[in-house]
Amino acid sequence: MPLEILQAIEAAINGLSTGIMYALVALGFVLIFKASGIFNFAQGVMALFAALTLVGLQSGQVPFAHIINAIFGTSVHHFGWNVPTILAIPLTILVMVAFAWAVERVVLKHLVNQEPIILFMATIGLAFFLEGLGDIMWGAEVKRLDVGIPQGGNLWFEENTAWLGGGNPDFFGFYIDTLSLVALLIASVLVTGLVIFSQYSKQGRALRAVADDHQAALSVGISLRFIWVLTWSIAGIVALVAGIIWGSKSGVQFSLSLIALKALPVLILGGFTSIPGAIVGGLIIGVGEKLFDFYMQPIIGGATENWFAYMLALVFLLFRPQGLFGEKIIERV
Amino acid sequence: MLYREAGDFKTSYNTDNQTFPIKFDRYAYWLLLAVAFLVVPFFVNDYWAKSILVPFLIYVIAALGLNILIGYCGQLSLGTGAFMAVGAYATFKLTMAFPGLNVFVVFLMAGFITAAVGVLFGLPSLKIKGFYLAVATLAAQFFLIWLFTRQGWFFNYSPTGMITMPERQVLGITVTGPTTHAATIYLTCLIFVVGMAWLARNLTRGSVGRKWMAIRDMDIAAEIIGVNPLIAKLTAFAVSSFFVGVAGALLFGVQLGAAEAGEAFGINKSFLVLFMVIIGGLGSILGSFLGAAFLVVLPVFLKVLLVDSLGWSSDLARHLEIMIIGALIIIVLIAEPHGMAALWRSIKDKLRLWPFPH
Repeated sequence: MPLEILQAIEAAINGLSTGIMYALVALGFVLIFKASGIFNFAQGVMALFAALTLVGLQSGQVPFAHIINAIFGTSVHHFGWNVPTILAIPLTILVMVAFAWAVERVVLKHLVNQEPIILFMATIGLAFFLEGLGDIMWGAEVKRLDVGIPQGGNLWFEENTAWLGGGNPDFFGFYIDTLSLVALLIASVLVTGLVIFSQYSKQGRALRAVADDHQAALSVGISLRFIWVLTWSIAGIVALVAGIIWGSKSGVQFSLSLIALKALPVLILGGFTSIPGAIVGGLIIGVGEKLFDFYMQPIIGGATENWFAYMLALVFLLFRPQGLFGEKIIERV
Repeated sequence: MLYREAGDFKTSYNTDNQTFPIKFDRYAYWLLLAVAFLVVPFFVNDYWAKSILVPFLIYVIAALGLNILIGYCGQLSLGTGAFMAVGAYATFKLTMAFPGLNVFVVFLMAGFITAAVGVLFGLPSLKIKGFYLAVATLAAQFFLIWLFTRQGWFFNYSPTGMITMPERQVLGITVTGPTTHAATIYLTCLIFVVGMAWLARNLTRGSVGRKWMAIRDMDIAAEIIGVNPLIAKLTAFAVSSFFVGVAGALLFGVQLGAAEAGEAFGINKSFLVLFMVIIGGLGSILGSFLGAAFLVVLPVFLKVLLVDSLGWSSDLARHLEIMIIGALIIIVLIAEPHGMAALWRSIKDKLRLWPFPH
């Protein structure tokens, strides 16, 4: 194969691993949107917050250390112990469930039946609040997250793709980060788990009922509030998974919450109500932006990743507003 | 009885429909204008002008623009920062291309250019709405900023990627450039604010504004009663972008003097203006003023209180600020969806009856 095509394929593989990240964040969006019709802008920040909490717990940081030090003039930073990952992850999940409960109690309960746009803006507020809270609680510096996922270039993959070059001396096989492979595995397990949960468990059926029709679900005795806490908790766990993967890859930092913005075009592509749509949309965007950048860089300059996804979504919106897998949008007066 | 209405009779439609129907309000308004134009310029110093008054005035214009789009026409936009950048870069290109042109004209022309760009990105609003539209405006945000930071033509291939405002004079007074006097900067912005607020007020209460509000409240129903959604939505985008563009032009030309698109007009700016509109009050001119004032003063206040007097780190103050803003957005949306403007309205109602309960 000629070198250019090989390079393009490598760019695509690269995009695939970013796409998984987008897909994971988008997955959290879809879950909440299906269950409550809320477009949760805070999903990306939830991933950041979850990752920050995990790192903080692992390294035994004192929460709110900076503000305590500022008020009382002390200098506390660490408890002096390290919590093993296996314990820290359940604890973080507990924090995310508590957060879900608090969100339902403090925010959502009061905004029932408001227009979607108001709810959307409320979640923007939530995103900012959570971002500030995360920084104050755990500090804003970039943190290293290590939960034992193997990292670095995958030699096996590289060696076994080297023959594709056909003896080309410039080609040594495709480079792929082991982390991406693990992420792909985790994402597929997560999606399978979610599908099984929503198809076969009692709570999952209740969840689908609420997604279908709030009032009908209420009238057969499903507690709307419990379902909301449940979906926000699940979204919190999905956020934690996204946070762990992204955090292991490039450190826990603010840029993580910017992924949330990239998840918006992903959703438009895949449809707001479809779990497989989120995954496929994420992968398409991830691969698409890398390939577009690869081919267009010589012509219009680099860094097109910044806007390609949005422009693609914009074009998509004009022709198929419900996305690839979404339900048809029907408007009634 | 601070707010007296007794004896304030209306004898014609014009007097009944005026912006401030109560005499007390009218006097307060003229007094405020007089103080702003005749007193403040003599006392304003560099610190007050550059860190509070001028940002406040500029963000008022931006908030007015966004409020027209979101509050009056119901179209959510997250691309305000980029449209401000269009205004700024248009100002830069125009002053460079036509050195003799009056800067006031340049600022207005920058507004018109932004309006054209706004209409272009507003076109999808004919087919999509709600947060779908928000994503479309995000496309504007990221694409335009990319254009301004990567394509050399827009910043005249300057090696730093920055655009710098040259010194320009109007009637022999330096209006832009590093040597401008604080009072001149302040007055330039004030003139624009007064003009634009007057424009916004009169547009929103006229037939155009009513069409916007009909679209906002229920677009299909509005279409049935004869509002052309194409024209209504696109005029909202055009007018809104015009305001935002002028704000961007002023921010770059008068306040900053030099700017880089990614830093000065990033997505955070879009959110800042959006928050001003939400906290101040959706669909209210007064709200745009209150929201802008609040969000300009809050960081300065927190900095003075926490960093300067309590000695906290400025990082902590900034994080606290983000948290407070986020919490405020939620509180405002829950407790008072019409923002600070509605608070003011209820205070006024109380004052009109005071000291009687009913």
